[in-house]
Amino acid sequence: MKSPKKILSQLNILAQCKKYNLSPWQCPQFLFLVMGALIISSTIIAYIIGTRFIEDPLAVALVIVSLAEILITITVVITHSFERLAEASRMKSEFISIVSHQLRSPLSNLKWTIELLMSGKLGKIEEKQTEYFKILKENSNRMQILISDLLTVSKIESAGLPLRQEEFYLQDLITELIARYKSFARASNVEITFNSQKDLPKITSDPSQITLVLENLLDNSIRYIKDRGRVEVQISKKNKTIHLSVKDNGVGISKRDQKYIFQKFFRGENIMRYQTQGSGLGLYISRAIIKKAGGKLSFESEENKGSTFWFTLPIK
Amino acid sequence: MVHLANQIDRQLIMKTILFIEDESALQKTFGEVLGQEGYKIIPALDGETGLKLAKTKNPDLILLDLILPKIHGFDVLKKLKETEETKNIPVIILTNLEEVGDINKALEMGVTTYLVKAQYSLEEVVEKVKSALND
Repeated sequence: MKSPKKILSQLNILAQCKKYNLSPWQCPQFLFLVMGALIISSTIIAYIIGTRFIEDPLAVALVIVSLAEILITITVVITHSFERLAEASRMKSEFISIVSHQLRSPLSNLKWTIELLMSGKLGKIEEKQTEYFKILKENSNRMQILISDLLTVSKIESAGLPLRQEEFYLQDLITELIARYKSFARASNVEITFNSQKDLPKITSDPSQITLVLENLLDNSIRYIKDRGRVEVQISKKNKTIHLSVKDNGVGISKRDQKYIFQKFFRGENIMRYQTQGSGLGLYISRAIIKKAGGKLSFESEENKGSTFWFTLPIK
Repeated sequence: MVHLANQIDRQLIMKTILFIEDESALQKTFGEVLGQEGYKIIPALDGETGLKLAKTKNPDLILLDLILPKIHGFDVLKKLKETEETKNIPVIILTNLEEVGDINKALEMGVTTYLVKAQYSLEEVVEKVKSALND
């Protein structure tokens, strides 16, 4: 449901054009308004002229033809402005994609060269140097994750995220993932538990993309726990869906921030105080993936108490 | 004399890997690591040279990037699989293209493994190379 305020703001067409950085004569909304006004006035004019010059059909025909010409011209301008908008959107996605791909190659070189140096195969590394190599490695990893996220966003916003269709057990994916996160959790003083309902059926979806969602949820829940805490992963069958939840007793999301949490690049005010890392893309991407897979992703949260993020996936 | 014979012997049994990759930095890093693992690396910086070397050097494995100068990786792969002398050489794709379409296309064309550079560590790639060579 749209609020009255939202509807009113949509009526302010010039403000909308300004928002998209378009002049009124390049802006489809404005042009539609002009065209609508012209259709109404031309119908009235055609009627008035038609009744007044009823004996001279040539004059009437000329008026109607010239009005039709004006309308056609406006339609062409509108089509052009739509094309320009579509082109701008395509170029934006293409730009992100090219930049990300071009950034990836030097980054892979950097990452592997650091790994080679750290392996000691080129000579012994002093302990002090190892510390700094670790910083280099962590930062190149961060950059890699960010580029990967940007690429996913550009896919979501352009052609759409392609999802493979494979049969797999979601519980297996979670078990594997929790094992991978064990050392990170231990280092953060977080205990992860996993409860699964017995005899859950397989689901058909894209395991690599679902893994990405699970990674985002697990990573957030561990990362945003202060001092020590607990993350509970639960999975069960509800009607014709598999329901998965990740519950933590972390910093939570304030009421004010909750409505923005799935927005691109948004990061909660309280988490910015604890953690500076993170791009604010994880939840946006996760929600798009789950939506594309036919499910729903949502959450409940209370500041300083914790959050529960959950999603559903259809059983086919 | 014995030492020289051993060296020749080792060079004879050393497996060769043709690495078709236009990034010279990666050629250097990979050459170093795989060299230390006991493989002989034949570098090729573009698709055309890669194809020529695949026919003349008869490598045990080909590591192939997809975005390459002169001839694109997919065209290199197509020619490799069409040519009698090279069609049975295992090919590992090592690229930054991660579109599902590209992955499926490469697998259908008969590559052994498809690796997205950003997703693997150096060590993991070396392990994939070893397993493709049954080492």
